[in-house]
Amino acid sequence: MKLVVDAIITGILTGSIYALMASGLTLIFGVMDIINVGQGALVILGAYLSYYLEQNFHIDLFVGLLITMPAMFLLGVVLEWAFIRPIKRDRTTLSILITFAIALIIEGLLGIFFTNNVVQLQAWYVTASLQVGDFYLAYVYIFGFILSVVLLGGLYLLLYRTKFGFSLLASMQDRTSAQLIGIDVERVSAITFGIGVALAAAGGMAYGATFAFNPGSLYDLISRLLVIIILGGMGSLRGALIASLGMLVIEDVTSVLWSPVWATTVFFVLLIVIMVVRPQGLFGRLEARKQ
Amino acid sequence: MRTAKIIGLIAVLAFAIIFPQIFSNPAVITVAIFTLLYGTATVAWNIFSGYTGYIALGHAAFFGIGSYALAIMCVDWGIPGGNIPLMLVPVAGLIAAIFAVPLGWISLRVRKHTFVVITIAIFFIMQPMAFNLRSITQGSIGISLPIPHWDHVPFHLPFYYYALGMLIVAQIVSWWIRNSKYGLGLLAIRDDEDRALGLGVNTGAAKLAAFVISAFFVGMVGALHAYFQGSIYPAFAFDPLFDIAVALMGFLGGLGTLSGPIIGALILEPTQRYFTMQFSENGYYLIIYGALFLGIILLLPEGIVPTLGKYWNKWKDSRNGAPLQAGDMDAKVQGNGPAKDEVRS
Repeated sequence: MKLVVDAIITGILTGSIYALMASGLTLIFGVMDIINVGQGALVILGAYLSYYLEQNFHIDLFVGLLITMPAMFLLGVVLEWAFIRPIKRDRTTLSILITFAIALIIEGLLGIFFTNNVVQLQAWYVTASLQVGDFYLAYVYIFGFILSVVLLGGLYLLLYRTKFGFSLLASMQDRTSAQLIGIDVERVSAITFGIGVALAAAGGMAYGATFAFNPGSLYDLISRLLVIIILGGMGSLRGALIASLGMLVIEDVTSVLWSPVWATTVFFVLLIVIMVVRPQGLFGRLEARKQ
Repeated sequence: MRTAKIIGLIAVLAFAIIFPQIFSNPAVITVAIFTLLYGTATVAWNIFSGYTGYIALGHAAFFGIGSYALAIMCVDWGIPGGNIPLMLVPVAGLIAAIFAVPLGWISLRVRKHTFVVITIAIFFIMQPMAFNLRSITQGSIGISLPIPHWDHVPFHLPFYYYALGMLIVAQIVSWWIRNSKYGLGLLAIRDDEDRALGLGVNTGAAKLAAFVISAFFVGMVGALHAYFQGSIYPAFAFDPLFDIAVALMGFLGGLGTLSGPIIGALILEPTQRYFTMQFSENGYYLIIYGALFLGIILLLPEGIVPTLGKYWNKWKDSRNGAPLQAGDMDAKVQGNGPAKDEVRS
């Protein structure tokens, strides 16, 4: 029983990290109708940037985010401008292929610069843990959870309390109408993509501190992230949050009760069940007819 | 025009048949075999993704299922190397097709955008299965297939002709679908699914059938590939680069065209083999591949065949002295143009 409770707590804490990455992905889809298959690669890139800063300049991982997140935001804006904006027709399909290509290039570059050896981010809070009653929790999980709460709270305020947020939500609802009432949808798209990539950087740091990774980890990550956003409903932030917490809790509980080998397979079974019962995901809207 | 096309077709076929006699170098034949295999896979992928407009990025799952099916049959039944595994290749394709029925049914419950994501997710979930179902797949150790040997015939030759035969059959099926009422239904789904449904196309069954047909051929390709390679491992049987390679070849040649997939495979597969040989060091190969991909999609989003077809029509119109009407080009290019496409191999 203790193990199960432990697994649930770990699941919620790691789930919050996945929520960071998945919210970036689902936000980009909601606004731009673009599925950023490169999100997994960008997460790993963020993790390696934190690793680089920590190894070479001894910058603390969380302080390093002040550098990596703006840098990744800029990278996102550039990627959007250079590769996504030129697509004129068949945006969704072509964007998947293009972001897949970007992921391959990032994987290749990371392999050259950092080799394919598995690394993990180092800091005092990665190894130290906090004792609460009978439970031991590594500080990094708690800090990661706080980071997710702060960033997602900030995202919430940005979306629902600022003028930019309103124009973003308007573009999400209807791109053409948003354009007609004078919203610069292209600018909103670029910034959204940047935000999504910056969230990937933050998620990458937390991921890299809790799991060992190498450039090939992006495949594992992107498959989980895709399942999460399908389950939550494409384009639904709330769905992405609930799905990532739910999935990670279920995965951790499965690995305790059954076997870690089959934990990821639970993703598959859940995906099938949800697709059969509710094809639009938990919080998704049915895809309306597009003219 | 028609006779010219038939003569061209016969010439291409004749060249393909005598190819091993001209280039007896085994390395060249090996590249040719891979090209034929990827050509078949791309033609099969195009039957589903090109005609219906649903881009599937998980066909490597069927490639893997096909290769594991053949390997497991050979090992469990103690089949010796030779012709029998070749006869079992269609059975492996059939097994992949059987898997495709539920997988297709689930993933086709959603529309285009989510569909792509689900196919990717399904692929990434099949790969760990190959690792984890140790009692069936032997996990990461992999399975060795029987070593092929033939009397009086060089090692490569049967593979070459088998792959060529597969490509021809796949192309005939593709051609037949393209010109049948069923194929028109698929194209209608691509252009406007709701209207197709309203006009009486049974869209669900049509999509699923195309999905299963393409999975059948991709499964056969996987099986022959496994037999040719001699052994399989989860990471190579379920390779995400396969999905990307097939989609890239389809896009380069021209999505939804008849000859496009073959042309795409003819250009890309040898190029890819060359780069792999030159830059097999980790990383560089991925970068070149990704850059190539970006270049093709950004510069030639319609693919080679539709672009050439557009210029051909333009040239013909200008020679006939017919003034080019405004919007004329658009009409020809619309919907990626296979319906009006004159270029066929």
